[in-house]
Amino acid sequence: MSSPVGTKLETKSVAGEARVSPSLLQLALRRLWRDRLSMAAIGVLLFLTLLCFGAPVINALTGTNSRNIVSDSFLPPLTPGHFLGTDDIGRDHLARLLEAGQVSLSIGFLAALMALAIGVTVGLLAGFIGGHLDDGVIWFITTLNSIPLLFIILLIAAFLSPNATTLILALGLFGWTGTARLVRGEAIALREREFIISARASGAGNLRLMFAHVLPNQLSIILINLAIDIGIIILVEATLSFLGFGVQPPQPTWGNMLTESRSFMYYGPHLVFWPGFLIFVTVLCLYVLGDGLRDAFDPTTID
Amino acid sequence: MTKFVIRRVLQAIPTLFGISILVYAIMLATPGGPVAALTFSPTVTPQERAALAAQLGVNDPFHIQYLRWLLGDDWMRFDSDGDGIADTAYLIPLDADGDGEPEPPGTRRGLLRGDFGSSFFHGRRHVIDVIFERLGATLELGVASLVVGLTIGIPVGVLAAVNRGGPFDNFTRVVSVIFNAFPVFWLGLILLLIFGGTGLGLLPMGNRCGLVLVGGCPPLYERLEYLVLPTFVIAAGFLAVYSRFMRASVLDVGTQDYIRTARAKGLSGRMVWFRHGLRNALIPIATLLGPSVTGVLSGAVVTENIFSWPGVGRLAVSSLQQRDYPTVMAIVMLASITTIIGYLLSDMLYALIDPRIRLR
Repeated sequence: MSSPVGTKLETKSVAGEARVSPSLLQLALRRLWRDRLSMAAIGVLLFLTLLCFGAPVINALTGTNSRNIVSDSFLPPLTPGHFLGTDDIGRDHLARLLEAGQVSLSIGFLAALMALAIGVTVGLLAGFIGGHLDDGVIWFITTLNSIPLLFIILLIAAFLSPNATTLILALGLFGWTGTARLVRGEAIALREREFIISARASGAGNLRLMFAHVLPNQLSIILINLAIDIGIIILVEATLSFLGFGVQPPQPTWGNMLTESRSFMYYGPHLVFWPGFLIFVTVLCLYVLGDGLRDAFDPTTID
Repeated sequence: MTKFVIRRVLQAIPTLFGISILVYAIMLATPGGPVAALTFSPTVTPQERAALAAQLGVNDPFHIQYLRWLLGDDWMRFDSDGDGIADTAYLIPLDADGDGEPEPPGTRRGLLRGDFGSSFFHGRRHVIDVIFERLGATLELGVASLVVGLTIGIPVGVLAAVNRGGPFDNFTRVVSVIFNAFPVFWLGLILLLIFGGTGLGLLPMGNRCGLVLVGGCPPLYERLEYLVLPTFVIAAGFLAVYSRFMRASVLDVGTQDYIRTARAKGLSGRMVWFRHGLRNALIPIATLLGPSVTGVLSGAVVTENIFSWPGVGRLAVSSLQQRDYPTVMAIVMLASITTIIGYLLSDMLYALIDPRIRLR
């Protein structure tokens, strides 16, 4: 991150034609492409997303859906027509898992995007402008961070009627402090750098400096944080649903499917296994991807 | 050091103030509010509901309600001549429900004087008593999981660093990433499925001795089997964090000049790592105390519910379900205060054991 991301160095090769050396972003993407673990994580995530959002097609093929009681209860996995068996009242487990995945993935992704937008804006403003604004923001972040995240989200989710929209809002509105802190720190470090001073000298205003010069140089932090935040938010959402304060049945989510399966876990252990396993795999892939991005963007990594 | 502590405690005041406003605002934003929660029964008449609302003061403006919660109402409406009838009132009307009779004098002393109000349930006892009788169970679980996390996590991290790049190192790195991504509640359920009841039947399903009225619990060493599963569920996360942190710390210390000097003197690898390296590598562990407090608090909420552990975490969830506002708000405030104290202790500990750190 030592030179601005967009800059391309033009060098003359021996033959004389102009040769453009790759930008940091291109280098990072190239490294990521070669990192097998990260690519596997991306692959699994894409596969899961496709599977969940392609649920209507899969349901049409297998002739089931997530709501109708289609069969006997507690059918074991690999029963013909019910690949993962059925639940306590005879609904197809796979169809329900996929529908739940749509909810869990959407909440994780949208809430993380919202937290990212708030965190980046607040962090940039506080770090770049500084002064009283910065003091105020730091006080607010310290205050929010002193309440354990799970507690404040539980409070909101329990007192307001919990549904997907309120959950996204709650998680987005209270999950941005980590990003804001990082972005603020970087903005403070960057604002005294020569390329910012020279941009200011050429007449760039504060807004332009922040969003056109400081922000692109934080791309790596932002991407790494996004991946890890989606993971954390999916975990928190699942925890809320598990405790009964998340999205309410009959709308399935991975968290509330686990709660339901808890009361009859000895009749249908497969009902306990799959929802948790999908949460685990999704979060694991996001963490691995975050780590991979960190390595890919690290300029000290040897190519 | 004293200066530092005083400054940090003073800094905590605006933070706590902010938390109390935020928590109170969330509660007030609830549709229906406490009156709806208390008078859920259809047999309650509108008149009774209105009287209760006046008594609870929910129709007062926000800042009055907040002040009542924070500072109490024994100074807002009080009895100055000792006849048991309120005769003086500040900020709130003497006759709130408009029946021509003055309301009874205020009795609440407010949050700042340690009065978190009475629970809506639990026989309408003081919230603080209800919480304190459950605190022991949570402390048991929290301390046990911290001890397990530290005593296993630190050696694992050191060994991984010493054998950097070796099979043990790679194995523990994979395991710690897996533990980090593992949903706590799923881990609990899977462990119950394997070890409890109809599984191997080795360990109890939970139900540590509850809140008993007579006799009390048997001593801790007679019921260790109850602790095993819940402790491991919370400790799994700590294991992952501590071992990775310790590994990084040892590797960091390994690049220092004094380690090179120790090697140059001809000391054996074991002497270098354990005599010179380890002591310094342990110092940054102190900074993990603060985040660990949050970890215990959040872990307790989930784990106590899975294992029917009669602690504060379970109380928090049941109070949320019953909409027992005073209890919920007290728990959130106490959890926040604990978090702040945890971070303060963590900074102080760090400075105490590392003479290079100067706190200002």
